[in-house]
Amino acid sequence: MDNQNRKISRQLTKSGIPTKTDLKPFLPSSKRKRKGAYALIECFEEIPCDPCFSACPFKSVKEFANLNDIPVIDFKKCTGCGLCVPECPGLAIFLINEDRDDGKATITIPYEFLPLPEKGEQVWALNRVGEIEGEAKVVEVKTYSKKNHTTVVTLLIPREKVLTIRHFRRKDQNER
Amino acid sequence: MEQVEVLVIGGGPAGMMASLSAVKTGARVTLLEREARLGGQLIKQTHKFFGSYKEYAGVRGIEIVDKLTFLLKEQEEKGKIRILTEAELVLFYQEQTLGYTYKGSLRTLKAQKIIFTTGASERMLPFPGNDLPGVYAAGAIQTLMNVNGVLPGEKYLMVGAGNIGLIVSYQLLQAGASVLGVVEAMPRIGGYLVHASKIRRMGVPIYTSHTILEARGKDKVEEAVITVVDNKYKPITGTEKILKVDAISLAVGLNPLGELLEQRGIKFCFIPELGGFVPWHDENLKTSHPDVYVAGDLAGIEEATTAMLQGELAGLVVAKELRYGNLEEQDKINLITQRLKEFRAGPKSEKTREGQIKLKNG
Ligand SMILES: Cc1cc2nc3c(=O)[nH]c(=O)nc-3n(C[C@H](O)[C@H](O)[C@H](O)COP(=O)(O)OP(=O)(O)OC[C@H]3O[C@@H](n4cnc5c(N)ncnc54)[C@H](O)[C@@H]3O)c2cc1C
Ligand code: SF4
Ligand code: SF4
Repeated sequence: MDNQNRKISRQLTKSGIPTKTDLKPFLPSSKRKRKGAYALIECFEEIPCDPCFSACPFKSVKEFANLNDIPVIDFKKCTGCGLCVPECPGLAIFLINEDRDDGKATITIPYEFLPLPEKGEQVWALNRVGEIEGEAKVVEVKTYSKKNHTTVVTLLIPREKVLTIRHFRRKDQNER
Repeated sequence: MEQVEVLVIGGGPAGMMASLSAVKTGARVTLLEREARLGGQLIKQTHKFFGSYKEYAGVRGIEIVDKLTFLLKEQEEKGKIRILTEAELVLFYQEQTLGYTYKGSLRTLKAQKIIFTTGASERMLPFPGNDLPGVYAAGAIQTLMNVNGVLPGEKYLMVGAGNIGLIVSYQLLQAGASVLGVVEAMPRIGGYLVHASKIRRMGVPIYTSHTILEARGKDKVEEAVITVVDNKYKPITGTEKILKVDAISLAVGLNPLGELLEQRGIKFCFIPELGGFVPWHDENLKTSHPDVYVAGDLAGIEEATTAMLQGELAGLVVAKELRYGNLEEQDKINLITQRLKEFRAGPKSEKTREGQIKLKNG
């Protein structure tokens, strides 16, 4: 898979919202989706940045020939450990788990707002433009990065929304 | 008169690294910083940094400052470096005589080699109402918010979708403010798209091919008028839109801060790709004056990573010219030059590369 020099959509360069075509080459196969959690990197343009590569203990992010390369995941190697999620300065990595019996999925989102939500709390799940997509339950809140203290929050969401939901808002918080 | 070997002016990332590398190579350094603490722009950067993990990527700007300050203090205890804060360079006379203010008095010193790392100042934008209270430079808002803990408004319009505009918007959201929009005159987002996606999913609209027409209000900003612009950046009448904001943040670029060098007759070139008037310098950051070097945003607006690499390079070169170090230093110089090249290899550094070529051609 060659994701370098791939053309990105005008929509993305104008609004920051990727199209399906932008996303497609970065998604795992449907077979892989049924085999546990995976990291989804939504970083489409060449920028001088590589913490995703150095954060992965399993070398699942391919080594960069140049610092400006676009990150590419080898989904065979990705164990879904989630260690890369808080290390990305672009907050562009999400951990997704569609391998569940209840037809739902979880998404782990890097979250840098205070106060943090609590486990079990119901929050508003937001889409890529910040609109409410529905309610979601917080199933995990973890701060494991010693380097930068970014917290990761895992939400339980409908499986068909794994490419739609990208953020959330606590219910007692105002709209921004 | 006080005599020093290496004088570094400006304690931002470039100046801190320049001081460290000159000291480590064996030179004695004096560092002047006009603010009360070291760190420059970095003290207000609460977000995680981009770049290579070799140069602190993924670490927050403010934490990079703590690390570098620690290393500098170590050298200070060994008597290798003198760090003067609240010391502002104000004069640059003939030869290498300089004047600075410190504790209310003007002092002079003579330096064998001087590295200027004074950074840049923020640009303003002309539009009716830009003198109303509530119109700020983005960096000024960042200082108020992240250093002084004060939020100067509740509802913001951000002007400029470069990295600074996008990052400061994000930090405003983190501080609990709302950002009603980011306007950008160019047809596409200038900063990293990952930053744009981030604020977009928090509900902030990004208006490309838009500009601010006017700030309105009685005693302070009450609303902002924005408009669509054509491909020559001319406002298109009839497309105006009013946003009810109480603050406007301008992130429309930076100008290198080099007046003192200009006064001294050092050669400057006008290179828009590097931020405007920049001191001419060679690959080793030497200016038209053989004892004066520059690094960081002053040498061309870029980023903290390149500022640190340039600082490190200038410090090494200067120490080497003073006959410190040994053969290893040349390897280090080559390595840093290589890293700078790699960092600037991507499409986002196209302007910098073009600017560097213009600089070479004088
Ligand atoms: C909002 C924002 C976000 C940014 N995000 C990133 C990022 O994610 N990654 C990245 O790599 N870069 C980032 N940058 C850019 C980075 O902060 C700058 O490129 C970098 O700080 C430049 O370093 P410098 O040392 O050249 O200048 P500065 O940091 O500006 O330091 C210059 C210092 O010189 C001092 N000084 C000036 N004149 C005098 C004088 N006459 N006497 C004594 N002292 C003087 C100043 O007080 C200051 O401390 C960001 C910048 C901003 C504003
Ligand atoms: S989830 Fe774990 S294994 Fe997969 S890319 Fe991230 S760090 Fe590597
Ligand atoms: S760390 Fe994040 S922003 Fe940087 S290259 Fe990797 S995915 Fe992109």
